[in-house]
Amino acid sequence: MLDLAEREVILIIPMYPNMELAAAQTASILAEIMNFEENHIDEIQFAVIETCINAFEHSKRKDKPVVIKFIMKDDALELKITDCGVGFRLDQVKSSDRDGAVSKGLRKRGWGLEIIRHMMDEVNVESSDKGTTITMTKKKVSSK
Amino acid sequence: MANGFNVDVHTEDGYVVIQTAGYLNDPTGEALAEAAKEVMADGYNKIVIDLEKTRLINSIGISILIEIIELLEEQGGVLNFCNLTPVQDRIFKMMGLAQHAGIFPDQDSAIANL
Repeated sequence: MLDLAEREVILIIPMYPNMELAAAQTASILAEIMNFEENHIDEIQFAVIETCINAFEHSKRKDKPVVIKFIMKDDALELKITDCGVGFRLDQVKSSDRDGAVSKGLRKRGWGLEIIRHMMDEVNVESSDKGTTITMTKKKVSSK
Repeated sequence: MANGFNVDVHTEDGYVVIQTAGYLNDPTGEALAEAAKEVMADGYNKIVIDLEKTRLINSIGISILIEIIELLEEQGGVLNFCNLTPVQDRIFKMMGLAQHAGIFPDQDSAIANL
């Protein structure tokens, strides 16, 4: 049995194009080690990608990396994704995205957090003017 | 194209099949949109987009798919998707794409329902 330190992986990625794929690939490898179902691995990857591109798009600090901590628990994979950006207010993001991106009945943008919540079992957002951390958990026996 | 993304366009009698391979994001989505616009400019308004070789898509890539749907709707055309993964299928339905485009399990059924 691995001890706790060995069951954590930390990935630090610069805000370069497609670096979200490095995070998604890492999540996929760890989820495979943990014997997650294939669909649940896909769900984790989609959530990781959306979280990273949200950080890339909205942190306004492209000089600062995104830190991703993967914690392999007995019954779940927990991810903490942190940027050092300007932060945001959750209620304002929701309203502005919804109001600003609707076109002919299909909303094009502002889906990131909804996709993340749709894919993961638990999602928590902490944001301040010093950065944002999204903590999300996928249980091995997922309700989604 | 970055990440080995590739778009293959097959024109048939009265319809077009576009097969993608690789990660669908903003730049690769734009490449797909350009391919769709080119076939629309050639007079085709029935299109199948086959995602069999595209496992990962981000929300920006999906927003570009919505733009293709809207362009086709303006021309009275039809767009069908096929070979989605179960997770892609859920996201497409969540984002409303299924109300404006067909989603089919394979290319044959997508073509048959154009």
